[in-house]
Amino acid sequence: MDTDDEFMSNVSSEDDMLPDDSDNDLSGDEDFGFDDEPDHYIIDSQKDGAEKRKAAYDISFKVYQPADVQKQQNDLIDEVNMILDISKEEAAILLRHFRWNKERLIEDYMDRPGKVLDAAGLSRSSAGPPKMQVIPDFMCDICCEDEPGLESFALKCGHRYCVHCYRHYLAQKIRGEGEAARIQCPSEGCNLIIDARSLDILVTPDLTERYHELLHRTYVEDKETLKWCPAPDCQNAIECAVKKKDLDKVVPTVTCLCGHRFCFGCILNDHQPAPCELVKRWLKKCADDSETANWISANTKECPKCNSTIEKNGGCNHMTCRKCKHEFCWMCMGLWSEHGTSWYNCNRYEEKSGTDARDAQARSRISLERYLHYYNRYANHEQSARLDKDIYHKTEKKMVQLQKESGMSWIEVQYLNSASQALQTCRQTLMWTYAFAFYLARNNLTEIFEDNQKDLEMAVEALSEMFERPITELADPKLKVEIMDKTSYCNKRRVILLDDTAQNLAEGMRTRISFWSVRMANK
Amino acid sequence: MPAQFAAKRLGKELQKISNSLPPGIELVSANNLEEWLLDIQVLDNNPLYQNEKYRLKFRFGSSYPIEPPEVIFVKVPDRPIPMHPHIYSNGIICLDLLGTGWSPVQNVESVCMSLQSMLTGNTKDERPPGDEEFVRANRLRPKDIEFYYHDNDV
Repeated sequence: MDTDDEFMSNVSSEDDMLPDDSDNDLSGDEDFGFDDEPDHYIIDSQKDGAEKRKAAYDISFKVYQPADVQKQQNDLIDEVNMILDISKEEAAILLRHFRWNKERLIEDYMDRPGKVLDAAGLSRSSAGPPKMQVIPDFMCDICCEDEPGLESFALKCGHRYCVHCYRHYLAQKIRGEGEAARIQCPSEGCNLIIDARSLDILVTPDLTERYHELLHRTYVEDKETLKWCPAPDCQNAIECAVKKKDLDKVVPTVTCLCGHRFCFGCILNDHQPAPCELVKRWLKKCADDSETANWISANTKECPKCNSTIEKNGGCNHMTCRKCKHEFCWMCMGLWSEHGTSWYNCNRYEEKSGTDARDAQARSRISLERYLHYYNRYANHEQSARLDKDIYHKTEKKMVQLQKESGMSWIEVQYLNSASQALQTCRQTLMWTYAFAFYLARNNLTEIFEDNQKDLEMAVEALSEMFERPITELADPKLKVEIMDKTSYCNKRRVILLDDTAQNLAEGMRTRISFWSVRMANK
Repeated sequence: MPAQFAAKRLGKELQKISNSLPPGIELVSANNLEEWLLDIQVLDNNPLYQNEKYRLKFRFGSSYPIEPPEVIFVKVPDRPIPMHPHIYSNGIICLDLLGTGWSPVQNVESVCMSLQSMLTGNTKDERPPGDEEFVRANRLRPKDIEFYYHDNDV
C-alpha cells in the first residue's frame, strides 16, 4: 500500500465539515480509490442519508453476504487466470499464497515466475494432471501396507502414499485442524502445498463441504480489509478500509446486516468513543484489579514507609510493619515514637510526621478512588446495557398490550421501540465514555467532553425513567410526545458527543494537543 | 483403543522393531497397541549421559500415525529423567517432532533415534527455564501444551 502516507497527510489537511455530496462509491474504496477523501468523513453507506452532514465518527464500510464473498474470489481468480495464463487452480493457490494481493502477485510472477511457483508450492514439472496410480511393489510408508493393487498418490515432489492414508491425513487436517488452503505433503519437511485439483480428487464427499467452507474463509481471513461479523450464526463479512495505525484516532464502528454493531479494529462490541488501545488497556485493568481494589480501599492502609498494604485485624494502634519494621500509629499514620504510651487513643492528629504520612497515603488512595469512580459508572452502564436486552423483550410485550388497551395501531406504538433502541445504544456509548475519561488528561477539551457526557447521561436516565412507567400512563398522549422528544434528544446528544470526540481525537493526533494523551500513571 | 488403521501400522512397526533395532534402543514391553516402553542410551561419550539408560513411554491414539504419539520419559529405578534444557523433570519433552513438526512418515524407531541424537548433541546440564513451576502446575497432557519451539523456529 504505497499510497498510505499521501492518504494520511490528506486527512490532516481536510476540513471536517465537507458537504455531503453523496458520491460514496464504495466499490472504489477497495484499494486505492480514496486518496482524495479522508475516510472517516465519508458518510456511512448503511445509513439512510437522513443525516445531512458527515459525522466525524462515521466510517465507511460495506457488508458482504456469503455469495458476494464467493464472487469476489472467483472474479480475482478469473482475472489472474487470464492475465498470467495459468490454470484457475494455480491462480487460486497463488492468490492464497499472496494473501489475495493481486497486484503483488502479478508483479512478482512477471519478474520471476519460477520462484513464485516454488514458493507457493507449485513447482513446475512436466507431469500431467494429478491422478491415483497403482505402482507395482509399492509399500506405503505411513501404514506399511504393500498388498498388490494398492492405489497410491503423490504430488510433484514424488512422496507417494496410499490413497487411504492420504485421505486419513486430509481428514485430520480439514476436520481436526481446520486447515484447507495450505495443507502440505505428508512427508517430513516437504513444504509442497497440496493443490486444489489434487484435493478435489482426494477429499472424500463428506469433507468437500467443510473443505470449501474453510477455503472460502481464508479469503476473508487473509485480507486485511475484510473481517467476519462476530455475531453468532452470522455469515457475513464486512469490508472496511481503516488502517491499523489509524486506530488511535478513529473508532471504526460498523453495523452488520444482522444488526450487530462492532468495532472493525478489535472485533469487540461497539466501544465508541474510546479508541481500541484504551479499550484493551481498560479491559485488562478491570480484569486485574477492580474487585481487589474495592476491597483494599475499604479494608487496608499502606505502611507510610514502604507502602506495604496492611490489614489491621485487631489490637492496639501501635503498628510495626512486618516488612520494614517501621513503627507507626494506625490512627494518624504518624511515627509511633511521638506517641509514647497512648496505645489505644491517638490525639496527635496535627503532628507533622502524621500529616506527611497521611498525604502520601491519600495520594495513592486518590488514584484508586479515581479508578473506582470511573469503573463503577462504567460497570453500571454495562449492567444496564445487559438489562436492556430484557427491556427490549418487555417493550415488545408492552407494545402489544398498549395496542389492545388503548386501541392504538401498530405504527402508533413504534415510538416505544425507538425509545428502547435509543436507550441501548446510548448506554453502550456512555459506558465507554467512562473508560475513555479515565485515561484523559485534564484540560478544556475534557471539560467539554464531560459536559457532553453529563448531558447524554441525564437524558438517558430521564428517558429510562419514562420508559419504565406502567402501561396505563404510557397510553397518555402527552407522555408519548415526551418520550418521542426525549428519544430524539438522546440520539442527538449521542451524535454530538461522538462527533465532537472523534474530531478531537483526529485533530489531537494531528496537532499533538494532548486531548487524550494517555496518563501513563494509569496503566 | 487404536482404530484398525492404527492397529495395522503398529502391528507392522512392532514386527519390525522386535526383529531389529538400531544400537542404543531396546524394546522393553509392547503388550498391547496402546502403550509401549522403550529404553534408549547415548552411543558417544557425552559425559552427561554416560552409563545411563532412559525409559521412554509411547502412547498411541486412534489417529496414529496421522497424529503423533505421546512420548515422555518415565522415572523408574535405574532409569532417571535425563538432564536436558528441553526435558522437564517430570519427563515431558519439548520437541517439535512430537507436536507441530510431526509427519505420519515418522515412527517409533525414528522418534527414538531423534531423542537419542537430541541427548547426544546436548552440552548443557540443565532443565528448561521455569521447570519447577511447570512441573508443579501442569495438569495438561503433553499434546495439549502449547510449546514454543524457540530453538527450531526460523
